[in-house]
Amino acid sequence: MATILVVAEQANGHLKKATLSALTAAQQVAKNTGANIAGVVIGAGAGQAAQDLAAYGIPVHVVEGAAFEHALAETHSAAAAEVAKKAGAGEVVIAATAYGKDIAPRIAAKLGAGLASDVLAIVGANQFKRAMWAGNAIATVEVTTPMKVVTVRATEFGAAQKGQAAGTVTPAQVSAPQPKTRFVEFNEVKSARPELTEARVVVSGGRGTKGDFKPIEQLADVLNAAVGASRAVVDAGWQPNDLQVGQTGKVVAPQLYVAAGISGAIQHLAGMKGSKTIVAINKDAEAPIFQVADYGLVADLFKALPEMAEAVKKLQ
Amino acid sequence: MKILVTIKRVEDYESKIKVKPDNSWIVTDGVNYRANPFDEIAVEEALRLRDTNMPSEVVVVSVGPAAAAAEIRSGLAMGADRGILVKHDAFVDSDGVARVLKAVIDAEKPDLVLMGKQAVDVDDNVAGQLLAEYLGWGQATYASKKESLESPEEKAKKPGIRLTADKKSAQVAREVDGGLEILEVQLPAIVTVDLRLNVPRYASLPNIMKAKKKPIAEMTPQQLGVDVVPKVKVVKVESPPQRAAGVKVPDVQTLVQKLHSEAKVI
Repeated sequence: MATILVVAEQANGHLKKATLSALTAAQQVAKNTGANIAGVVIGAGAGQAAQDLAAYGIPVHVVEGAAFEHALAETHSAAAAEVAKKAGAGEVVIAATAYGKDIAPRIAAKLGAGLASDVLAIVGANQFKRAMWAGNAIATVEVTTPMKVVTVRATEFGAAQKGQAAGTVTPAQVSAPQPKTRFVEFNEVKSARPELTEARVVVSGGRGTKGDFKPIEQLADVLNAAVGASRAVVDAGWQPNDLQVGQTGKVVAPQLYVAAGISGAIQHLAGMKGSKTIVAINKDAEAPIFQVADYGLVADLFKALPEMAEAVKKLQ
Repeated sequence: MKILVTIKRVEDYESKIKVKPDNSWIVTDGVNYRANPFDEIAVEEALRLRDTNMPSEVVVVSVGPAAAAAEIRSGLAMGADRGILVKHDAFVDSDGVARVLKAVIDAEKPDLVLMGKQAVDVDDNVAGQLLAEYLGWGQATYASKKESLESPEEKAKKPGIRLTADKKSAQVAREVDGGLEILEVQLPAIVTVDLRLNVPRYASLPNIMKAKKKPIAEMTPQQLGVDVVPKVKVVKVESPPQRAAGVKVPDVQTLVQKLHSEAKVI
């Protein structure tokens, strides 16, 4: 029976939540095909993260060692492809994060597989739904190769449930490639807030903030929310790059998305219109953001957001 | 050094995209076309690298219909030296594009290949990584830079990709989840570019005139010996689900009350 290999993402031994969405996608495929699921965790700290993944009831392969310490596309794709071959995998599933998108095509090329990227839904054994033209169209694509690689948009698949019995964790013996890239440093943007793609509530600011994010942060604090931003804000250097929500930034789907001072260009909407409830606060009553908002308030964000923070506090 | 840049002809993001009634593709009548915005950033970066590392040459390559010559011309008008058009009218998937580009690169032997991180039509974010693997090269995806687009470095049009002193490697700042990662990649390499690498220049009128005389070599995938039958076929295109229209609320108190008792999200 064919195996579906889920390639996990982890940092310093912590399994990334998006991996559990990839596992859910793999389970949906397995339900159709009867395939087995296995996992592979690669990099420094992989052993710890592998224990966490195995708790979901699947056998997990671990690739550790100096050659795989940093998440280089060359080394990690080589390890994943080798494990896939040894496990007799017919399909590889990865979350479509920066890491997943970086390595998945190289895995596909090594395996001679067709790649369906940033998948929103599993239609059948070979067919998948994905967004194109900034989400203006949803395509059903068919992978025609026997071997398939799929990256999935984590927000479209819930987190997998823990299994009754934990799976086994086995070290995988893979050859260490000689990469042509070298890790130099990681300039981390430290934040005490929840991660943007994982938060229950996101408060985002746009050009209307004029670069002053205090009201955004104040409301985010009260709601225990992540902070997001429109492209204009990030391009201006007002907020770090990885806060950008949109077609080319992060795709988020929280329970509540508050867009303040964001006009609502189609590229921004592509990154947040899957949110359960959308609130738009904008001075311009004609702003396109109001067309996707469940609740719209025509107001100055510098007045409305502090008032909102106070009102929410009173409820708590 | 020789820098090869890819340019894709895509639907203008300001055009209204509508799905065809038979769900086979999108309506293309009345849609404007332009160069993929990420590819323009790649061209800009190539020009900055060329002009600070003379003698160098920038070659722009497109895989697409005959009309894609217009997008190559736009790259030449920005300042690139010559163009290559690999003509194919039907849909080519990212894998086909990567294999065509490999054949072009095998012949051209560039020191660096710059590509947009994704084309804004299929939004795939795949071709650059596939190409790197097919070539056996290193890759640095999502190239950005530490300085903002408002910084003095950007105003001075400095390249964000920094060549090492021996020009055998390049340092690239990558936009990844949680921050910026700096990688050093041996040349030749594939670098895919993100939004914050630079602000592309506009073509000046004299340069647009000059571009008309720059050479564009034309060829086909068949001539390059590449079969472009897609590994991933598009079988159906549909309109996205529409969100039901919401309501306007008069004030913050009503908003918070509705979020609490109606939407139950706070």
